[in-house]
Amino acid sequence: MPIWLYILASVIKSAIVLVVLLTAVAYTVWLERKVVGHMQNRWGPTRVGPFGLLQPLADGAKFLFKEDLTPPHVYKPLYIAAPLIAVIFALTSISMIPFGNSVTIAGYSIPLQITDVNTGLLVILGMTSIGVYGVALAGWSSNNKYSLLGGLRASAQMVSYEISLGLSLVGVLIMAGSFSLRDIVNSQGGHFWGFIPRWNIFTGQFIGFFCYLMAAYAETNRIPFDLPEAETELVAGYHTEYSAMKFAMFFMAEYANMITVACLATLLFFGGWNGPLFGPAILQAILPVFWFGAKIFAFLFLYIWVRGTLPRFRYDQLMAFGWKFLLPLSLVNVIATAIAVAW
Amino acid sequence: MLSVHLILFLAFGAVAVAGAINLLAQTHPINSALSLIAVMAALAGEYLLLGAEFLAAVQVIVYAGAIMVLFVFTIMLLNAGVEERTKGSRVAIIFGIPGVLIGSVLLGWVMLRHSGTEAVAAGALPGAPGVIGQLLFHEFLLPFEITSILILIAIMGAVVLASKPPTTSVGPATLTAEQKVNT
Repeated sequence: MPIWLYILASVIKSAIVLVVLLTAVAYTVWLERKVVGHMQNRWGPTRVGPFGLLQPLADGAKFLFKEDLTPPHVYKPLYIAAPLIAVIFALTSISMIPFGNSVTIAGYSIPLQITDVNTGLLVILGMTSIGVYGVALAGWSSNNKYSLLGGLRASAQMVSYEISLGLSLVGVLIMAGSFSLRDIVNSQGGHFWGFIPRWNIFTGQFIGFFCYLMAAYAETNRIPFDLPEAETELVAGYHTEYSAMKFAMFFMAEYANMITVACLATLLFFGGWNGPLFGPAILQAILPVFWFGAKIFAFLFLYIWVRGTLPRFRYDQLMAFGWKFLLPLSLVNVIATAIAVAW
Repeated sequence: MLSVHLILFLAFGAVAVAGAINLLAQTHPINSALSLIAVMAALAGEYLLLGAEFLAAVQVIVYAGAIMVLFVFTIMLLNAGVEERTKGSRVAIIFGIPGVLIGSVLLGWVMLRHSGTEAVAAGALPGAPGVIGQLLFHEFLLPFEITSILILIAIMGAVVLASKPPTTSVGPATLTAEQKVNT
């Protein structure tokens, strides 16, 4: 493939992925309001468009036209940089995610992924670990005790749960023998006895999956681990002083992180784009991407479902759960997987 | 020959050096900590250009992502203010300047001595995760384990030094702690 074609393909892929991701972020917010509304016997958004489907557009316009207020007591450089850090690293980590096998256009095979790095999984972990600074610095630079407490909680929580998150993935890495997400998905192809798919969740990684899901919920600051923004104690936590588009950036970062978590759960434990293929050639080309999307949707729905169901942890419970339960459990999973593979 | 690799390598090196200088020049601890993060990230870029992808990713995750978060966390928790400027200590002048001079002379001597040898090509050194794992857990298993035990001892020592002796009474001890928070 000539270099200009490669660059063109990369730019087009990046643009498509970014547009799809931002649309997905907007409609995850809509989905959350709608589903939580119905769970609480309300309607959720109904006014803007059919079923409130245009609500994200209205929200976006509102965020753009609101006054962008900078309180006088903030430390300005970091106050402005913090939402940028949060949203940039949340959006960049999607570039490692593969959505399907390669497609062949005009004789060139183009993989459905922005870039296939051989340490893709580690790069995503690195991106998310840098994203912590967005929240921590927002809390500190706001010069406000609620923000500071929110930022402190967020950084302590994320550092604590990052260890369990990393260890919960080691089992999958041992099974696949690669850090490349594409290789990990390819290692999950095929079936047991012809009908049970060889996904990692069915090949003994359910403890790893449980640890991953818990740690990932904590990493994305979602209920039941949303202590950094606990309204009852901290007003709005680290983003108390933020308004308009800067606030929207934190919001986008949170939902983009949710989508990345859902993508990783799908790729690592649920076979990625593997699924039943049937029908004509065009359908066979579209179905993998469809299966991938459907699995991500299921995980996002789970996020919302959990939000509508569970109350918030207390801070000491959060730390005890992370260090005394999740970390030992993920270590046991690593050792058990290693013994099973070495057998 | 000025390839893209070399330009990027020099650019990351410049960022690392600029970050290190900024780290010393800044008066506020949080700015210094952020400069150190920039240095770490630039070093990760250098590793990546040398073909050590695994090392680069680990550098970002461990140093830039975990250790520096603890630095920032501590600065936030203590709410450390702007650093006080002093004229510098006498010890630094007596030992520091000759130390720097001797160090740079030694470095220059080593570089000149080895100037004739060929440079290692980018990616020629073992950098794949499997190779590193083999080295760590097979050839250098004993030094690796001894280092981990040393770190464990250091952690336990820090905990022992930092923890106060247990107090049985509730009244005065908690009061002083609260007073400390208030001041």
